[in-house]
Amino acid sequence: MVDALTPVLSAHWDSDRPWTLESYEATGGYSALTTAFALSQDDVISMVKDSGLRGRGGAGFPTGMKWGFIPQGPEKDGTVKPHYLVVNADESEPGTCKDIPLMMATPHTLVEGVILTCYAIRANHAFIYVRGEVLQVVRRLQRAVQEAYLAGHLGTDIHGSGFDLDVTVHAGAGAYICGEETALLDSLEGRRGQPRLRPPFPAVAGLYAAPTVINNVESIASVPCIVRNGADWFASMGTEKSKGMTLYSLSGHVARPGQLEAPLGITLRQLLDLAGGVREGHQLKFWTPGGSSTPILTDEHLDVPLDYEGVGAAGSMLGTKALQIFDDTTCVVRAVLRWTEFYKHESCGKCTPCREGTWWLVQTLSRLEQGRGEESDLEALLDQCDNILGRSFCALADGAVSPITSSIQYFRQEYVDHLENGGCPFDPARSTLFAPAEALA
Amino acid sequence: MTVTKGSTDVEKTELVTLTIDDIEVSVPKGTLVIRAAERVGIAIPRFCDHPLLAPVGACRQCLVEVAMPDRDGNLKTMMGPPGRVKPQASCTLVASDGMVVRTQVSSPVADKAQQGQMEFLLINHPLDCPMCDKGGECPLQNQAMTNGRGESRYTETKRTYPKPINISAQVLLDRERCILCARCTRFADQIAGDPFIELVERGALQQVGIYEREPFESYFAGNTIQICPVGALTSASYRFRSRPFDLVSAPSVAEHDACGAAIRVDHRRGQVMRRLSGNDPEVNEEWITDKDRFAFGYAVQQDRLTHPQVRDEETGDLRVASWPEALMVAARGLQRASADGGVGVLTGGRLTVEDAYAYSKFARIVLGTNDVDFRARPHTAEEEQFLASSVAGTALGVTYADLERPSAVLLVAFEPEDEAGNVFLRLRKASRERTRVYSVAPFTSRGLHKMAGTLLRAAPGEEVAVVETLADDGDLALDAGGVILVGERAATTPGLLAAVAAVAATTGARLAWVPRRAGDRGALEAGCLPTLLPGGRPVAEAAARVDIGAVWGRTVPAHPGRDAAAIVAAAAAGELGGLLVAGVDPVDLPDPAAARLALDTAGFVVSLELRASEVTERADVVLPVAAPVEKAGSFVSWEGRLRPFEKVMRDSHALPDLRVLAGIADEAGVDLGFRTTEQARAELAEIGRWDGERVEVPRVPSGDAGRGARAPQGEGLETESASRERDHGSLRGSQARTSVQVEARKLAPQPAGELRLATWKQMIGDGRMLDGDVYLRATGRPPVVLLSSGTLAGLGIAAGSIVTLHGPSGSTTLPVAVADLPDGVVWTPTTSETAGWVRSSAGPVVRLEIPEGAGA
Repeated sequence: MVDALTPVLSAHWDSDRPWTLESYEATGGYSALTTAFALSQDDVISMVKDSGLRGRGGAGFPTGMKWGFIPQGPEKDGTVKPHYLVVNADESEPGTCKDIPLMMATPHTLVEGVILTCYAIRANHAFIYVRGEVLQVVRRLQRAVQEAYLAGHLGTDIHGSGFDLDVTVHAGAGAYICGEETALLDSLEGRRGQPRLRPPFPAVAGLYAAPTVINNVESIASVPCIVRNGADWFASMGTEKSKGMTLYSLSGHVARPGQLEAPLGITLRQLLDLAGGVREGHQLKFWTPGGSSTPILTDEHLDVPLDYEGVGAAGSMLGTKALQIFDDTTCVVRAVLRWTEFYKHESCGKCTPCREGTWWLVQTLSRLEQGRGEESDLEALLDQCDNILGRSFCALADGAVSPITSSIQYFRQEYVDHLENGGCPFDPARSTLFAPAEALA
Repeated sequence: MTVTKGSTDVEKTELVTLTIDDIEVSVPKGTLVIRAAERVGIAIPRFCDHPLLAPVGACRQCLVEVAMPDRDGNLKTMMGPPGRVKPQASCTLVASDGMVVRTQVSSPVADKAQQGQMEFLLINHPLDCPMCDKGGECPLQNQAMTNGRGESRYTETKRTYPKPINISAQVLLDRERCILCARCTRFADQIAGDPFIELVERGALQQVGIYEREPFESYFAGNTIQICPVGALTSASYRFRSRPFDLVSAPSVAEHDACGAAIRVDHRRGQVMRRLSGNDPEVNEEWITDKDRFAFGYAVQQDRLTHPQVRDEETGDLRVASWPEALMVAARGLQRASADGGVGVLTGGRLTVEDAYAYSKFARIVLGTNDVDFRARPHTAEEEQFLASSVAGTALGVTYADLERPSAVLLVAFEPEDEAGNVFLRLRKASRERTRVYSVAPFTSRGLHKMAGTLLRAAPGEEVAVVETLADDGDLALDAGGVILVGERAATTPGLLAAVAAVAATTGARLAWVPRRAGDRGALEAGCLPTLLPGGRPVAEAAARVDIGAVWGRTVPAHPGRDAAAIVAAAAAGELGGLLVAGVDPVDLPDPAAARLALDTAGFVVSLELRASEVTERADVVLPVAAPVEKAGSFVSWEGRLRPFEKVMRDSHALPDLRVLAGIADEAGVDLGFRTTEQARAELAEIGRWDGERVEVPRVPSGDAGRGARAPQGEGLETESASRERDHGSLRGSQARTSVQVEARKLAPQPAGELRLATWKQMIGDGRMLDGDVYLRATGRPPVVLLSSGTLAGLGIAAGSIVTLHGPSGSTTLPVAVADLPDGVVWTPTTSETAGWVRSSAGPVVRLEIPEGAGA
């Protein structure tokens, strides 16, 4: 069963001090630079295109294609604008936990990916925008970048290739919205993080109005192995349209939570087996395939292939592959309310449906959780969601309504039970991870 | 006047054709769908959208269903998330060919989406419409009725905040009413360039905020109140004063500067309650200055003159008189004074063009003199020549629209933000596109900074030397595509107007003169100058006098008159028998002390005034006149554009100056020829502009000095006016030929402790036109003394220290701040304390005194 795993990014997480340059280079780190510098920039882009690598940040946009959107050559007026690479390391989605462990364990994987990507897109300055709350990650990245400079992997004329690159590690200030790429750019430029109007798209006018590629940490960190092993090697893993391996993060009511690296298309049943199954003595009730913004799924979906298409067909989204597992002790209304409170707190306030809608949703849901209301309130709640979904400025609000609509879809009766029961029929203590074993019996 | 220079400027508008609710419409490429819908009469509800602000797409109220043809021409509705129609914000979507738009009129999806957004906007909005200033004219209220649900489903708790907070002395914010459309913050950032308000916090607690200890100080802050789509922003002066539906609205024109801004005056029971910006795309777009908006209380102060008064011969005091008596006393007195040395006429810069024309004509046919001058400020003969040669009677010259296009704009002795707010806004708009702004000034003002302008630093008196280098300045690269705006303060530097005219002539740049007061340009056109008759006709030209004489049925005096300074001097010396003074305060005149002496010495003084003043105290006859809202009239903007307005206060019986003058003329046995504004306007229009030989442009002394004093026929006369027609009537500099030689003054080195003064009036100062508007006055920039860091260090004091400046008359004590001034130069705003320090020459020397203990 362990055969199902394909550790590549996480292959050396258990080495001695894997975050050091020494450890990374001992396992072949930074050797992809030599390979890449022997190729033309466009060949590197083609290689990534051929590998079928898709964005690991949630949307699954083909990475090579994104790189290809960067306009080359001078502007219409003859000016030459710099290109930028911005790495989105603002991992803040509830349940998502893959970039932070990766940057903690082997930050050089990301740095090497950054160098390769910048070479391909002809950028001489890259920014890594890290979630500010994870200070230890910020430090580790800063040290990795410093080591890379000292080793000549960064700076001017890298490895005698004539290619120059500077990398700036920037710490965000703790706003979920800054994971949205245009809000991230605003934040990086020193403004309040709020999504920008598109067009212009970042590929044309991104950071400082210059052509910019924005990629997730895991996407960029996947580039070195592609360059090292070839596009075919990468494409040999995964499914037809979702190639390669990826990090799945299991959390919640699971025996051994953590990151499991496997080819795209693995199922939750397989992953749960690898992780020791659902908390002992309990059944899977519902789970998120890719963080709280993706509609929840249930035990009906244990055999859904966890790739972009498979999860999409099941009515949800692969998202960040953050598999949050909830067993039968969990009150779905309570869980959804907590998520909704998160979105209300994190709504940037720019557009009406998200700002006002999440404010309203929280109040309605808390009322329902306390058993106050009528069944018709559920219709009103769904109608509020209908007025939010697809009406907002960015996708944050779409994510905010996902748990609500999907939970009502699968667990409508549980909402009704709250109303009939005059409150929550569950014991919240039993759902906690620290609940004593006898309480769970 | 639609074709500008050459065919290269004629832009062909490319059209795209789309369908909106089954109506086909073609719009210029780049048009937003919401604008395209307006063209076919479909109003899509909106809040954040504003045609003069960049699209933001924040309120989501204008969602519409959109289908676009794909590459194969198949119409595809914009979808997302999967299986759902995704309505688009029509305020950010650019119309394209073949697009099919369905608004709330024909799309149930769009209609539901809009109703949903409206419901969201209302959940946290208080239902205090009955007591809200905006109630009755509120876009939220109105659109909630037309595009919202009948009843709210929201039964939860509303977000509340403490009631209003001041974001400036004038502007108040009710955060709970705010729907966070960001119109105000975008205006402050994009239009005014005063980003002192910004959205802070997030989610439903997002709110408009100010910086710590940095209030929303902007000369244009009031516009945010007007464009607020709810009652979140209100003004301290209007809050809770009236209901919109009780107000009577009348269009008018602002009287505070030469911009000619369109305004709307709202009044109730004979009292002006508020003023709003009008919408005139060719002039002020939809913006006015705070002075235009809030300064109207001056006309209803306690000291407003209501009855004619004459000085009692026995007691020497003024006593109320009947109109017939007062007019008779005035007429007799003036006739006597006229015979006894003559009467000087000071008209000031605040009159309508019709009133100014009445003074111009009155002086010539009743008083038989050319001693008339509108310039209640420092002035020179050079300026008079410049105005005669390049401004008077040139009709529409450089326009606001022209300010948006030039490659470069050169400002000389002109601080647009303080002296012509709407000009500033247009220049800032242009500077955000491609126009580069340069300013010959002593330091980088806040306004210049906001226009991303370049300072061409000049100490007072050195402007001529700086300007003379500009024709060959490769950086400025002034050419026919450039514009020069010269302010009235240029008259304080001898040779400056000549130098500016020369640069315009050499480079082909178009030239415009921007005075400060609303009536200045009109008075010039009406002939309120000792050497000019109406329409720019030189008194010296016999043909011009014959022209005017034919219309007036009278002989026009041929002898050039005295200018304002000479009138004051002559009166003070007892040479003049009397003075006729309209709306001029002695502190406005170059030498206030001399002006007071002149008023005291003159045998007979007639004052036509709104409010009691220093002139009233010294007048023999005081005749109350109408304020702008109480009369019809026209201002002429700096562009040369006639800005007529009707009487706002229909029931007012106050008489305009021209009616009073007609009355005096009658008593003097002379028919002025008109009694109403309409008659005066018609007569002035009949006179028209001078098409004869113009006075030459004043000339800077140079090697070819002494060439012919007159432009040769064909080169100066016909060609010049012909080229003026071609050039959209611009003040394009002609061949530099002169009859007056002016000499650029060399600055002598100054002794220690003495500084050369640069100064101008700030928009919101201590003038009487701001009386009664305490909140507005509180938003003004506090006067300071600006020094260079070098000068400051030399004096051994730090910024913030209090210093005393001793000027030619009196002194002023103010805090010090640093600016990029030349060393040895001090700037402080012109206030009533420093009025009169600058006379006819630039840069008077002032002495700076550091009070005990202020040293560093």
